[in-house]
Amino acid sequence: MDTQCDHKILDEILEKHQYNPGNIIAILQDTQEVYRYLPKDIFPYYSDRLGISQAQIFSIATFYENFSLEPKGKYVIKVCDGTACHVRKSAAILDQLRKELGLSSAKKTTEDLLFTVETVSCLGACGLAPTLTVNDRVMGMMTPQKVTDLLVTLREGKTDAEM
Amino acid sequence: MLKCREDLQNIRSLYQARLEKQKVKILICAGTACVANGSLVLYDTFMKLIEEKGINCAVDLEHEPEGEPLGVKKSGCHGFCEMGPLVRIEPKGYLYVKVKPEDCEEILEASVVSDTCVERLTYHKGGEFHKHQESIPFYERQKRVVLEHCGHIDATSIGEYIANGGYSALEKALFEMTPEEVLQEVEISNLRGRGGGGFPTARKWSQVKRRKAENKYIVCNGDEGDPGAFMDRSVMESDPHKMLEGMILAAYTCGAQNGYIYVRAEYPLAVTRLGIAIDQARKLGLLGDHILGTDLCFDIKISRGAGAFVCGEGSALTASIEGKRGMPRVKPPRTVEHGLFDSPTVLNNVETFANVPAIITNGGQWFRGIGPENSPGTKAFALTGNIMNTGLIEVAMGTTLREVIYDIGGGMRDGAEFKAVQIGGPSGGCLTKEHLDLPLDFDNLKKVGAMIGSGGLVVMDDHTCMVEVARFFMSFTQNESCGKCVPCREGTKRMLEILECIVAGNGEPGDIDLLEELAETISATALCGLGKTAASPVLSTIKYFREEYENHIIEKRCPTRNCQKLKKIYIDAALCRGCSKCARNCPVGAITGQIKSPFVIDGAKCIKCGACVEACAFHAVKED
Repeated sequence: MDTQCDHKILDEILEKHQYNPGNIIAILQDTQEVYRYLPKDIFPYYSDRLGISQAQIFSIATFYENFSLEPKGKYVIKVCDGTACHVRKSAAILDQLRKELGLSSAKKTTEDLLFTVETVSCLGACGLAPTLTVNDRVMGMMTPQKVTDLLVTLREGKTDAEM
Repeated sequence: MLKCREDLQNIRSLYQARLEKQKVKILICAGTACVANGSLVLYDTFMKLIEEKGINCAVDLEHEPEGEPLGVKKSGCHGFCEMGPLVRIEPKGYLYVKVKPEDCEEILEASVVSDTCVERLTYHKGGEFHKHQESIPFYERQKRVVLEHCGHIDATSIGEYIANGGYSALEKALFEMTPEEVLQEVEISNLRGRGGGGFPTARKWSQVKRRKAENKYIVCNGDEGDPGAFMDRSVMESDPHKMLEGMILAAYTCGAQNGYIYVRAEYPLAVTRLGIAIDQARKLGLLGDHILGTDLCFDIKISRGAGAFVCGEGSALTASIEGKRGMPRVKPPRTVEHGLFDSPTVLNNVETFANVPAIITNGGQWFRGIGPENSPGTKAFALTGNIMNTGLIEVAMGTTLREVIYDIGGGMRDGAEFKAVQIGGPSGGCLTKEHLDLPLDFDNLKKVGAMIGSGGLVVMDDHTCMVEVARFFMSFTQNESCGKCVPCREGTKRMLEILECIVAGNGEPGDIDLLEELAETISATALCGLGKTAASPVLSTIKYFREEYENHIIEKRCPTRNCQKLKKIYIDAALCRGCSKCARNCPVGAITGQIKSPFVIDGAKCIKCGACVEACAFHAVKED
């Protein structure tokens, strides 16, 4: 099951970056913002429009950590495992999330495409360790209990839950 | 558009006059950490209350105010993240900590109506209240040069930056100094690269300046990938114009026309604020063609990283901006000769650029007067880990570790004992009790096998297992290794395997020697800085905590009881009710016994997963 891409959207992104192959990273970033991952479709399309090989686009998509070739959940939760968070026991936060959602280091996204759980090396909010982000919203001083509460509020569809 | 020097001076007077009319200012911290703690809700609450009460208020400097409005703004990071959300009241300099929306009304009444201080919200320790920000021990011992505006001005207003003397260094350089004189001033200051290496900035600039090339580039390295470091992020979020000004000065000095700022994708707020700052500077004509009517033409673009730690390395970073895989290349030729698009490139860190305006304004001699002769100036550190006051600090170089940890950081949490501090991230090393009185500067740290690095200080107490810390850093480096060169790709993998064995209780005698041998080979043969320094955390933990390694390897025990696999799990017969719940939860069938009599764990079968510990309702399963 792969997303059918709307070529109009892809063209808009290419337009924004003046069809310049040198901007391929920014192009892929903008594409991922639309689809939350990089659908298969885009590779031949961009290759054709930018005049660079598909392999070259794949080489970028696979080198950089932030690009995903798998669909992601509606809520992408990134648990920080930077030094400061690690020292303040971020592993327990990650375990709790994975346990509650039935995920593991190999399986990152729930079947219903609601949650994706990943780790990130450092969010730079070390003052609030341990931290995580939900779709780029930083939440600090997490505890396993807070994780449980967070999932409940997200399931209810409140994105700007009062934390 | 500002077309000449007078235009800039006039607009500065105008902004200053408007700013002065705001007799009282409320600054709500909108740094990442405070936002995460709900500071934007505070801002909205203040605005709502102001509207309800009909208070005259000004939110920006772009409009002529009526009378004497109250200034309400979102500032950048104050650095005292532990105590957020923070609200600062000017001109009194009160700092309120851990402010909640329900406190807003009281703050407003006190500041605007009666001009008093809400004492219960100020920082207090041991019955001693500190009304003023400057009197709090955390701030008292700092010296803020790069972070001087952080938390004191609206981060998204070029007007406030200009009113506070911003772009006056550029003005001075453009109209009173030649590029050579600017370079000379930087040389006198002896500013050394704040990205961690400590390379003299003036030397780098002069190498680019000397070269005859059609295109030259100024690139700012904002790819702060070190875990536990967030100084650059705070500068980009709180005072972006300072950095831009530094970059424009570099362009004027070296004759560059184009600039790039490379920012980590994990810093969306920094990207947004830099974008705003660049637009504002363009609109005023401080970026673009013929800046302030001179011959200087310089523009800046933002390039967002996509999550690769190695892109903090110069040649990998330039490759990434060009739209390639961020992999380092063999050097020489260095970035100053063949940098971005094969052109001469000045590549400096955020903090380095942010130091330049003050050097030009106050002179290189002034800068040299701060800190020790061979590493002058200040350094911003991110103070994190098991310490009371986490946050962002800036101190004069040469400040001792003791002052940083105990006087500014407030000592350890929960009365624990200080054990070590990891400095310089995954490429740095650890410092221990014996280094507490070591003045922090480039050369001193190099001597003891650590480095200033980006400036992350992760403080660890006696509950931290150093072998596990080494394993953690190795797994980070191994994961981030780009894979181009064999020593780093394979070497870090092997080192990680050995460390994983050690923490799992499968370490063998000789492992320590093997680690040291691998470390030596990798650092001698790896292609770039990431690989060359990958083993530093391991080497320095072996150096200072060898005994802890030996405990893990020979006695199969973790002295700090952190390593799960080395724990001994047993059932306390006196507490066990024989309910068999532990046995039913054991994934490997290691627990046996008769109902209603104590159960026992077979140590040979037990995989130390801890399922029985959680299952037992009587706390009879003990970990040791």
